Amino acid sequence: MSIHIKNGLVIDPINLNQTQTDIYVDRNLIVGIGTPPDDFKADQTIDASSQWVIPGLVDCQARLREPGEVHKGTIESETLAAIANGITSLCIPPDTQPVIDNTAVVELIQHSNSKAGNRCHIYTIGALSQKLEGEHLTNMAGLKSSGCIAFSNANHSFSSNLVQRRAMEYAAGQQMLVIIQPRDADLYGNGCAHEGAVSTRLGLPSIPEAAETAALAKDIELVAQTGARTHFGQISCARSVDMIRQAKANGLPITADCTMHQLFLTDHDIGEFDTSKLTIPPLRSQLDRQALRNGLVDGTIDCVCSDHQPHEIDAKLCPFPSAEPGISGLDTLLPLALRLAEEGLMSLPEVIARLTVNPAKIMGIPAGTIAVGELADICIIDPDAHCYCLGRDFVSKGKNTPFEGWDFNGCVTTTIVAGDVVYNHDS
Amino acid sequence: MSNNNLQLDENGKLKHFLAIEGLNRAILTDILDTAESFTSVTERTVKKVPILRGKTVANIFFEPSTRTRSTFELAALRLSADTLNLNLNTSATSKGESLLDTIRNIEAMQIDMFVIRHQDSGSAHFFAQHVQPGVSVLNAGDGQHEHPTQAMLDMFTIRHFKKDFAQLRVAIVGDVTHSRVARSQIHALNILGADEVRVIAPKTLLPIGIESLGVHLYDNLEQGLKDVDVVIMLRLQKERMRGALLPSEKEYFNLFGLTQERLNCANPDAIVMHPGPANRGVEIESSVMDGPQSVILQQVTFGIAVRMAVMSMTVGR
Repeated sequence: MSIHIKNGLVIDPINLNQTQTDIYVDRNLIVGIGTPPDDFKADQTIDASSQWVIPGLVDCQARLREPGEVHKGTIESETLAAIANGITSLCIPPDTQPVIDNTAVVELIQHSNSKAGNRCHIYTIGALSQKLEGEHLTNMAGLKSSGCIAFSNANHSFSSNLVQRRAMEYAAGQQMLVIIQPRDADLYGNGCAHEGAVSTRLGLPSIPEAAETAALAKDIELVAQTGARTHFGQISCARSVDMIRQAKANGLPITADCTMHQLFLTDHDIGEFDTSKLTIPPLRSQLDRQALRNGLVDGTIDCVCSDHQPHEIDAKLCPFPSAEPGISGLDTLLPLALRLAEEGLMSLPEVIARLTVNPAKIMGIPAGTIAVGELADICIIDPDAHCYCLGRDFVSKGKNTPFEGWDFNGCVTTTIVAGDVVYNHDS
Repeated sequence: MSNNNLQLDENGKLKHFLAIEGLNRAILTDILDTAESFTSVTERTVKKVPILRGKTVANIFFEPSTRTRSTFELAALRLSADTLNLNLNTSATSKGESLLDTIRNIEAMQIDMFVIRHQDSGSAHFFAQHVQPGVSVLNAGDGQHEHPTQAMLDMFTIRHFKKDFAQLRVAIVGDVTHSRVARSQIHALNILGADEVRVIAPKTLLPIGIESLGVHLYDNLEQGLKDVDVVIMLRLQKERMRGALLPSEKEYFNLFGLTQERLNCANPDAIVMHPGPANRGVEIESSVMDGPQSVILQQVTFGIAVRMAVMSMTVGR
């Protein structure tokens, strides 16, 4: 199969520019930009005039809920949601049920994806400790050879700093990336909202900044001690951004991401106990949101993830402290990214870089660029299309969105994964 | 009048009573005036009026309660309502039924009003969002959020003894962090125009950002009580010692327990209140609790009239 994508505005997140040009795809690769290779013959031509052509997005944290919680989402339903929204690579954390702590689970996930048609690349992140219990290390070399791209203990703590140190050291010995969500379980307690005026007014059990920053300080020290290449996921506090900026300046092998929703929402959006706004880490203050945005601009925060957590409707249909945290984020990742550019925070190529080449580089996956010889993972966007965000219209099985009723500009018309048109808006 | 408030109907009248926050002075004053008219009922030999005849009130308590539950029940009975009392902390929810199903099932018994106490902040709002139109929800305490009828009976008590809020200095002493009563009181006092609201507590029992509710902070009881007209003591739960919030009851009493000597820092005619149940010798000395400045038992009595007022204003619209 060969595809000619004609006359689109191609966004290049590496050179940070945009050019009106043609792209030629043959089998799974990009074989030409601007001029076709000799004797190229297109099986299919896509007219991308007045459309944007970007690399398929790389979401460095999304939960698909399979295996374990298929009433919330399945690999089939969530990969469909991904490609309908221009996401072509999904990195999934190890807290599935069962946990990704052995090669059989990795194979199960890849098997399910292939049964669903391999519409979207799925990359598994292996567990650092068995069952995520924080006691015993997993067989990291085996998990690596079965395809795990990194190791993490997801939201679970280690039984001691010693085990965490050993886990990081061992992963480093395997030349593997460690992913950490900095979190002090004791300081988190049973909290469900950022500690501040809003949690005080609503009487909600609160989560102080230190629940993240105290853990982060320790984690950074362990990076310095072990030399493990470490990615900090879902940073939410202004002080965390400062600490990571400093650690990077000190030359530590550190990268970081934040969630897309933290760049738009604050604790004030909880309103009167709106459970769609219940997330972990919690929505923080306006100052934190601003610091995350600044960190994203200056490169302290390398990339943005959806932190996709689809839920069945009942999970949020209860009082705020009893509701399950998390948002269904695949359907809003790209529209919100485009809005960052619209708001003038960064240029469009700069925004796209934080959702493509940057996460791909960190995770070490072959994605995120449009260049000759690269895998043809491509998303085509009609920038003039408008959409009105309604959870019930989400492709994802999870309808739990905090962005209900928002207006977005830009709509995905075509998604190509490894040279196959896997999504077409019109069909 | 904003109709965005879940508690109000299209005419700005109380539909539910969930929180003091968001209500205005006219509504709070209306509650106090209506309660005033019911005090005569509760003093009569035949203590009944037919306002809620034929209506059914369900008292649903997911947490234990003695006085709130009994006074709500008495209030409903004196308004001639039929009552259904459910103690659910050991019943439906432990069988795995969702809160929404519990609501639906009780509602199917043709209930006109829910009185609900639940351990989750926001649970009363949740109920109000999901009941059928025409059914009212009264919040009898939701988590650490609000306990609006308690605050209104406290306001009633204050107005009864002090007549006007304008010149009043009020001190709330104790565990504000975990107190839904304190949050409701702070809102009510500020809405009704009290001159100054103070909270007095060790730092571990004061939530971050409480100043934004319009209070002055004190960590010293003597200083905080100076020139105060009303002293409201909060209950100190024994669990707080385990959460490392306080070292011991003894040290708490030494620093924050209300003794006659400390009460003397306040104005000579200051009244002492407590939402109950009180821990004698922990937050308050027995001689103060039983002393001439204490109005703690009057609070309980007024609780019936205030709850009658809120019930008649919501269901009897």
